[in-house]
Amino acid sequence: MDFATLAPFLVGVIISGLVLGFVYAIIALGYTMVYGVLQLINFAHSEVFVTGAVVGFEIFRVLADNPINGYLKLLIALVAAMAASGGLNVLIERLAYRPLRNAPRLVPLITAIGVSLILQDLIRIIEGFQGRFDLTYQLPQGFSTPFCGPESTCSGVGSLLAKIGISLQIKEVVMVLVALLSLAALNYLVNFTKLGRAIRAVAQDRVTAGLMGIDANGIISLTFLIGGALGGVSGVLFGLKFGTVNAYSGFDPGIIAFTAAVLGGIGSIPGAVLGGLVLGVIQNLIGVTNILGDALGIANLGVIDSSYQRIGGFLVLVLILIFKPTGLLGRSNVEKV
Amino acid sequence: MTAIRPGSQLPISAPDRSIWLIVIAVISSALLLVSQEQNWLAALPSVVSNFLKNPLVASLVLTLFLANLLFAYRWKAHLWAKLLVGGLSLFLILPWAGRDNTSVLDLAIQIGIFAALSLGLNIVVGLAGLLDLGYIAFFAVGAYTWGIFGSGQIGKVLTYFKDNGGNNGPTVALGGLVLVIITALSLRAINRVKGKRPPLTSAAFLLAAFGLLAGVTLLVRGIVILASANAAGFAGGVNPNFFWLFLILAVAAAASVGVLIGLPVLKLKGDYLAIITLGLGEVIRVLANNLSTYSNGSQGITPIGSASVPWFNSLAGALGFSPAQYNLFFLYFVVLAIIAIIILANMRLDRSKIGRAWIAIREDEIAAQAMGIPLVKTKLIAFATGASFAGVMGVIFAAKQGFISPESFILNQSISVLSMVVLGGLGSIPGVILGAAVVTILNISLLPSLGEATASLNLPPQVNPAQLQRLVFGSILVAMMLFRPEGLLPSVRQRRMMHEDDDPTDNQTPQDSIAGELNPENAAEVYSPGVATRADDERGGGTQ
Repeated sequence: MDFATLAPFLVGVIISGLVLGFVYAIIALGYTMVYGVLQLINFAHSEVFVTGAVVGFEIFRVLADNPINGYLKLLIALVAAMAASGGLNVLIERLAYRPLRNAPRLVPLITAIGVSLILQDLIRIIEGFQGRFDLTYQLPQGFSTPFCGPESTCSGVGSLLAKIGISLQIKEVVMVLVALLSLAALNYLVNFTKLGRAIRAVAQDRVTAGLMGIDANGIISLTFLIGGALGGVSGVLFGLKFGTVNAYSGFDPGIIAFTAAVLGGIGSIPGAVLGGLVLGVIQNLIGVTNILGDALGIANLGVIDSSYQRIGGFLVLVLILIFKPTGLLGRSNVEKV
Repeated sequence: MTAIRPGSQLPISAPDRSIWLIVIAVISSALLLVSQEQNWLAALPSVVSNFLKNPLVASLVLTLFLANLLFAYRWKAHLWAKLLVGGLSLFLILPWAGRDNTSVLDLAIQIGIFAALSLGLNIVVGLAGLLDLGYIAFFAVGAYTWGIFGSGQIGKVLTYFKDNGGNNGPTVALGGLVLVIITALSLRAINRVKGKRPPLTSAAFLLAAFGLLAGVTLLVRGIVILASANAAGFAGGVNPNFFWLFLILAVAAAASVGVLIGLPVLKLKGDYLAIITLGLGEVIRVLANNLSTYSNGSQGITPIGSASVPWFNSLAGALGFSPAQYNLFFLYFVVLAIIAIIILANMRLDRSKIGRAWIAIREDEIAAQAMGIPLVKTKLIAFATGASFAGVMGVIFAAKQGFISPESFILNQSISVLSMVVLGGLGSIPGVILGAAVVTILNISLLPSLGEATASLNLPPQVNPAQLQRLVFGSILVAMMLFRPEGLLPSVRQRRMMHEDDDPTDNQTPQDSIAGELNPENAAEVYSPGVATRADDERGGGTQ
């Protein structure tokens, strides 16, 4: 493979890595927002995310034969998934985490692990009663067609992509758009509204925020609602991207997204997005290491196959944390004695 | 700060229960033996025997029997009664029941393995306060250490290098050795440069550590190439008698991996450390999966040998064990011995200088450092000690299963061990052992037998109890954390920390508070090591 073919290939790999990265970024936001207000690793978030994916699957299944527009179906699926995941997350907070507000750090962490295990089995049981385990998304017509094939008549960004030989599917473009919209909405909410200011205040210092007249418990619930809703969005996007989910499939993306949140600096919203994008790209690059190795004439790289994708992310994390112990965009906390 | 003082947490006025202890021990032992012995079952009326044969009943009987050990530890009773019940249960009744039904012995060994793992993790998380989510990796290191050498795998590795390794063994080994020496020396030198420019030092450190790793790899590769000349001699693994040597080697290997993982990441705090250890644990699992030349990849290694001690085998034979059971019988006693050593080590560590240093770091790192505790060294010792317990049990695990694959060392196992520690009581030695026993019994014995017992009810497969492990286990975790966050058998200190808001008189039983004995009115004013008062916790600047 010479440079002329390698370059577009690499660009294509990076772009599809970014698409994946947006999904990770939105899952990571769920982790990081909860962490921001409670300093709790919400292990149950991976199941909140799967709940969104399952709800999305059900909507697409029910609406499969309905003649309405595919984008409308997606919108319904997204809204339903956001409602379900957000509601579930609030419920979890109310039942499992709120009673432990002042307990030592490990206690809510173990609770979160317990909730995660319970939810995994509940999802499996509920879907199992309908005889399903692996849920295969029934995408609306046209979602899997190329966004802009080389032959088709394209314009704008599409023609640019077509020129360098990169093919994206419609659904991937939709995914990125949905992700960007959610990020913009979140950014507006957190940085430009009164509620957002309250969230930031609670994240900074819950007690003082309470003294300033902020209903800290309400704000924490709201944070869980937002984080859960984002989890719902990412669940549907995950379903679109990979096509199949089951009760246990939240585990891997959950771990990766959590890694992304830490990589960006846990508790930092832009950090989570950056971390997600970085990890998505790195994963995809590791997946094609053997091809790159062949191209560059390094035969030994062939042993690094896709099963190294996950640990590649971890190794990058280790390297970055060694030099920047609070992640890429994390605040460095100066400890006072 | 926990000491094993049987009954120490009971009020002094608790009634003597020696008689009860012995009665319950006799009844449960009899039930256990009868329910496992086919001949005796046959002699009973069919109603009784059918009842005892019910898998759920059998499993409950076994649980009750094991609970005896807990009673013997907890209840106030004469020492002779405690020793009698404990000794007879462990050394006579359990192996006896295991002769008729090996799953009993199997369960006992599993409990032992997990108890050791939990005790190791307890040092890292409970004492030193370092949240480690990749602990099972050290177990994997131990298991693979014996797995590779105790099976034909080592023969395959040597054959592979005989065919592909070339003949530069001495050169490679020498190069590796030189690299190791150079990097080790430079690590020493870097260590002496006191953090003037931390980024630069850590870069140099990283480079040196990488060099060290490369050196060790080269050295091993060279040795393997040298040894590959007589690959045929290792076709069936090393001599089983080397098992004992490998118990020690596994400790060393796991401890060095602990240091290796610990070195770059121990500067990180709390959740950063958690995700990094999780990641490095996964790295080790993925390596086991992918370095298939050494580990045979996802197919795993089998069969793995085990030591065989002739006189022990003839003893087992004389007791009526069948030759297929010799290995379990033998490993059961090895596990008992190792657990005893580990508990002793834990008790000594708990009260030692290093144990107190761990607790100081857990409570307040900065204050501990100000008191002259070397942070990195102390944390590394915690990591290495915890890892070494896991390493030795890894060898036992490999020898017991006869089969290991990367699937046995997934993240869920790390989480399982962590929940054993928290469930039992963070920082409390008896608590942690109890936690390991409860979780193991639940997962291996109670839930599966519940599934068997309800098989006749024609439940849909989704809600078959055997499939509900996650649900049940998760519910127990959540319920425990909500209602008894300090664990089943908490250490005195943990209990106090978790119940700061409660009425202080609750905890002021004369026995568990030395301060209380000295001056009951001013308990909070008197400082006494090991018995922290509320005031101490507040003075310490609380790390919650």
